[in-house]
Amino acid sequence: MFDHTFKILCVFLVFQTICFSQTEGMANIKGSRYIPLYGRDSTVVEVQDFKLDKYPVSNQQFLEFLKKNPKWQKHNILKLYADGNYLRQFKSDTILNDIVNPQSPVTYVSWFAAKAYCECQGKRLPTIDEWEYVAMADEDVPDARRKPSYNQQILSWYETPRTDEKTIGNSPKNYWGIYDMHGLVWEWTLDFNSVLISGESRKDVDKDSNLFCGSAAIGATDLMNYAAFMRYAFRGSIKASFSIKNLGFRCAKDIEVNP
Amino acid sequence: MKPFIYIICIALTLVSCKNTSSKAAKDDVAYHCPMRCEGDKIYTEKGNCPVCKMDLVVEENHVKTISDDKFSEMSIYNLPSTWTTQNGEDIQLKDLKGDVLVMVMIYTSCKAACPRLVADMRNIEERLPEHSKENVKMIFVSIDPEVDTPERLKTFAKENLMDNDPWLFLRSTEENTREFAAVLAVSYKEISPIDFSHSNIISVFNHKGELVFQQEGLGVNSDNTIKHINEAVDAM
Repeated sequence: MFDHTFKILCVFLVFQTICFSQTEGMANIKGSRYIPLYGRDSTVVEVQDFKLDKYPVSNQQFLEFLKKNPKWQKHNILKLYADGNYLRQFKSDTILNDIVNPQSPVTYVSWFAAKAYCECQGKRLPTIDEWEYVAMADEDVPDARRKPSYNQQILSWYETPRTDEKTIGNSPKNYWGIYDMHGLVWEWTLDFNSVLISGESRKDVDKDSNLFCGSAAIGATDLMNYAAFMRYAFRGSIKASFSIKNLGFRCAKDIEVNP
Repeated sequence: MKPFIYIICIALTLVSCKNTSSKAAKDDVAYHCPMRCEGDKIYTEKGNCPVCKMDLVVEENHVKTISDDKFSEMSIYNLPSTWTTQNGEDIQLKDLKGDVLVMVMIYTSCKAACPRLVADMRNIEERLPEHSKENVKMIFVSIDPEVDTPERLKTFAKENLMDNDPWLFLRSTEENTREFAAVLAVSYKEISPIDFSHSNIISVFNHKGELVFQQEGLGVNSDNTIKHINEAVDAM
């Protein structure tokens, strides 16, 4: 009787290990206070210490997740959770298209799917404040926003097409030991829907002015940081079910506080 | 002692990947009017016939006429989150199945936009024709679950004379709230501990939980919203 229970236990433990083993690929981020492009009324935002995946999630990693969680597969996913572009790079439920690089960041994922992936590993998506905090760093300093070279580099990426097909981890890591915050894909954040570009109400005279209205630019704290402005504008324009070619994600985790 | 440890381990393992396929479908009881005033119309709740006022009787051979148990992929009844009402009751969204839902996200300590959203909701409800009113739930979902406890929602409901049908106040965890807002395409952000900025959107769901219409903005003309609510009721 006990033998049998023990066997079952072993099987579960193996699954458990698979599910949680990726915690290792995370870097510790030392929290601090900073002024983001859009803060709480343009004031200082405090980021607690947390862990962040060193790399964005790859096609291969997402494929493993799909194998274990069929309800997130292309043909099983509820339409509420993803639009028609979901996992377009997949030939079938668990097979990638031949031309797709398994080591490039996974894209065409909705916010719901990204969130579920992280939760399955005992993680979560990073908040906007956390993500932007890590994204301020270049290779040498935690906050490189004042460096012309920093902005220049990001903007030249925004001009380059098809960067989502590149392999993860080929560019130098940043100050925190994190790769590819810039350069490959844009990333989902937990509270992406907290960006209110056009003020309290989305009801503007011109529907498309959500995105590029002047009032939003005036509300920004740092007009130099045009790249960040584009990210916020992008976040303000997407919905949780959208699956987009250049939008991937990585996971974050709180640091356990030892009592 | 040992078996207990095994059981605990296994239980822990099982909950590691949140499996959210809860299938606790409630037993549907249906009612009909003994005079069949409105033909074969089925009512989901006990009460009186809206036409002849006779007591409704239980439908004997009820073959899942109130929409089938399956809801479509776009239905919010797929969301597994649990919500607490102003009466401290825990419900899932699918428990609201069968009515047309009119939903808005607010927070009770709000001084600017929310009173106007509440007024908009009241205005919409008042303008609904009698037969629609009985099949509509008007729901406020809190974006500030920390402050808006069930007690607080109860007080707010009473202050606004909304502590009865069709009004309903819901709150859940921060995470579930964020997810629900994502479904409604509502944006919100905490500006200070007592202040949020948020989009002003009133959403209409049909009896299957599918989004049929969204009214954006404050104090806008509600004609279109009312039209969609009536259509959704008629389609039941």
